[in-house]
Amino acid sequence: MNEPALPMLVPVAWYQLLAAAMFAIGALGVLFRRNILVIFMCVELMLNATNIAFVSFARHLGSLDGQVIVFFVLAVAAAEVSVGLAIIIDVFRKRGTVDLAAANLLKG
Amino acid sequence: MDYFWLIPFLPLLGFLINGLFQKWLNEKSAGLIASAAVGAAFVLAMISFFGLMALPADQRVVHHTISSWIEAGRFNAPLAFLLDPLSMVMVLVITGVGFLIHVYSIGYMHGDSGVKRFFTYLNLFTFAMLVLVLADNLLLLFVGWEGVGLCSYLLIGYWYEKKSATDAGKKAFIVNRIGDFGFILATSLTFWALGTVNFTEIADRAPGVLEAGGGLITAITLLFFLGATGKSAQIPLYTWLPDAMEGPTPVSALIHAATMVTAGVYLLARTHVLYTLAPLTMFVVLVIGMATAIFAGSIGLAQTDIKKVLAYSTVSQLGFMFAACGVGAFAAAIFHLVTHAFFKALLFLGSGSVIHGLHGEQEMPKMGGLKAKMPTTFLVFVIGGLALSGVPIFAGFFSKDEILWQVFSTGNVIPWVILAIAALFTAFYTTRAILLTFYGQPRDKHLFDHAHESPAVMTVPLMILAVLSTIGGFLWLPIVSGGQKMKEWLTPVLGDGPHAAAHAMVEPAAAGHAAEAAPAAEHALSMSEALKATTQHSAEESARVATQAVHGAADAAHTAVAHVSGGVFHYPGLLPAFGHNTTLELILILVSVAIALAGIFLATRLYAGRAEAAERLRQTWGGLHRLLLNKYFVDELYDMAVVRPVRTASDFLWKIVDVRGIDGSVNGVGTFMRGTGDELRRWQTGLAQNYAVAIVIGTLLIVAFVLWGKWSL
Repeated sequence: MNEPALPMLVPVAWYQLLAAAMFAIGALGVLFRRNILVIFMCVELMLNATNIAFVSFARHLGSLDGQVIVFFVLAVAAAEVSVGLAIIIDVFRKRGTVDLAAANLLKG
Repeated sequence: MDYFWLIPFLPLLGFLINGLFQKWLNEKSAGLIASAAVGAAFVLAMISFFGLMALPADQRVVHHTISSWIEAGRFNAPLAFLLDPLSMVMVLVITGVGFLIHVYSIGYMHGDSGVKRFFTYLNLFTFAMLVLVLADNLLLLFVGWEGVGLCSYLLIGYWYEKKSATDAGKKAFIVNRIGDFGFILATSLTFWALGTVNFTEIADRAPGVLEAGGGLITAITLLFFLGATGKSAQIPLYTWLPDAMEGPTPVSALIHAATMVTAGVYLLARTHVLYTLAPLTMFVVLVIGMATAIFAGSIGLAQTDIKKVLAYSTVSQLGFMFAACGVGAFAAAIFHLVTHAFFKALLFLGSGSVIHGLHGEQEMPKMGGLKAKMPTTFLVFVIGGLALSGVPIFAGFFSKDEILWQVFSTGNVIPWVILAIAALFTAFYTTRAILLTFYGQPRDKHLFDHAHESPAVMTVPLMILAVLSTIGGFLWLPIVSGGQKMKEWLTPVLGDGPHAAAHAMVEPAAAGHAAEAAPAAEHALSMSEALKATTQHSAEESARVATQAVHGAADAAHTAVAHVSGGVFHYPGLLPAFGHNTTLELILILVSVAIALAGIFLATRLYAGRAEAAERLRQTWGGLHRLLLNKYFVDELYDMAVVRPVRTASDFLWKIVDVRGIDGSVNGVGTFMRGTGDELRRWQTGLAQNYAVAIVIGTLLIVAFVLWGKWSL
């Protein structure tokens, strides 16, 4: 582990492990949950995992770049949420369910 | 005469009008247009004929090039016509007899549903036939050759609702393909050997380039002859002609008696320069012609269908023509071709008149006694019969006798005997047909009561043909000095008959052998020179070799002489005195008259009045009669030897090779693809999550590789 640019109370690796764990939990949720809303929340989890990774590295390296990117991510996530929720509502209206297994129009 | 090249285009015009404007024409106008087109062609042919006759004998050759056609390197086949005495004779026969048959057809085909189609084909045929005889090169001749073959097919199968008619058409076409294959090969070989397909150039170059009696010239001529056997219905390709009688009777008269089937004889006459260089081929032509003459003639003895009798008679008479070609008497062959066109067209049209009067009945056992009902038809049919039988003053007598004389006088005694027997058969079956049809008691009361004489549009052409069949023979009288008009007319093209032809053939043959001997002698001499140079003391040895060489040369010369005077080919020398022996010719004429009368007499004894005489004979010779009635089972033989093996092989190729092998492999590829697709389809669940799993797994794999594997980013 390199010398941190700014002193940190908790070593950066721990943050990374936390971020990795959150990302893995989110990814598994996206892959295996049926409910679109839950999947959506899992996506948010993955985004925030990367946010943690960015922020921790920014602090560790003493650079503001990572922190700036986090704001972009937050803004994009907000936009994405609005679009995504709109799609979910529409899917619910069409199909009466938010179960992803029912959305298999492309089945071969 | 300058416009002779228009002759073929008149029937073509008729064909186009009748073919394109069928909707606006009725039955009558179609017949009139077709007849007028051929009639106009005949008038133009007559004008050309007089124009040609006005020229000195050795200048009677007119060329006309319409346009270039195929030019590639040395190869040049223009669209060009050649009018000389030979093609003139053919053109006159085709347009003259053709015109009469067209007119006759107006009456005969009256009321048929496809008359317009009929006349369209008939005009197309006349066009193709005229192209065939007027062509100045082999390739254009082949166009006409195939054109007449096509029209023959179309017209044999004219009544296409009848399966036997379409089958017969196909048979004619397919059997002719075998001959055409020979024609194409021969044309290619000719071009390869001589560098030209033009008739005049072939005649000029062949004697200088091709070794007389050599393999190449023999191959070329044999292949041309193969083409001729197909078109002119000779053994072994004759079987299609009797079946071709399924076509309307005018078609049988025009195509399968007067014109198309004589194309083979015309081809041989046109390329006779090549044939005179190939003694072996000439021998083959003689044997095939003579065999066909007697073979087909004997089949004709037992047939009961009136048209079948005439069909076998045609095959037999064509055999006579080829036999004449085989001894080098090309002019006599053409003469017989002309008279045969007259009287056989007459007989066919006469039989057509009978069939017309009997509403389609062709079986002679159901006829009888028609003399009273159809006096005109009876009269002209008898004239045609007398001409065919070879009774003096009628046309057939002169031409057939000329052939017999030429065969005999060239020393071919055995072929003469065989042809004489064939002539006996001819007289017999002709008389038999006349007696069964017109004499005796009516054997079918109902048919007889409804029989009627044909209208004038049919009987007038018959009468004209009857006149031609009577006087046609005077074109070439035997013995009488100055009476051989036809021969004189054809001499500039075909030479001076078999004796001159034989002479022309023998000299190159001898020269060829001498040429063979010369290098051998030279070689031997040079050998001895070499020996002398290397070894000083072997003077004796070299002397011995030189002596050997001289002996070798002598042997070769001896072979040359032997070749000239003997061998299978009985050309000259064997019976030299016959050449100009008038007494002998007179005796032979009397013999052939006797033969004709004997045939008529025998048939009269058997078939006039008492039916039991013929019946008794039939029972005594039951086996032979069945053999003849069934045409020697040749069709069955071909079926067994050719058709069935081909079928079996085709079945194998179809069911095993094609269906299992080729289709199997193609379908196999398809089935494999479909199966694979079916399997892979399952992966395409339509659930985005499953795809996402794949993406994640892939990403993880890539990361793993980058971290621990050989890859680096």
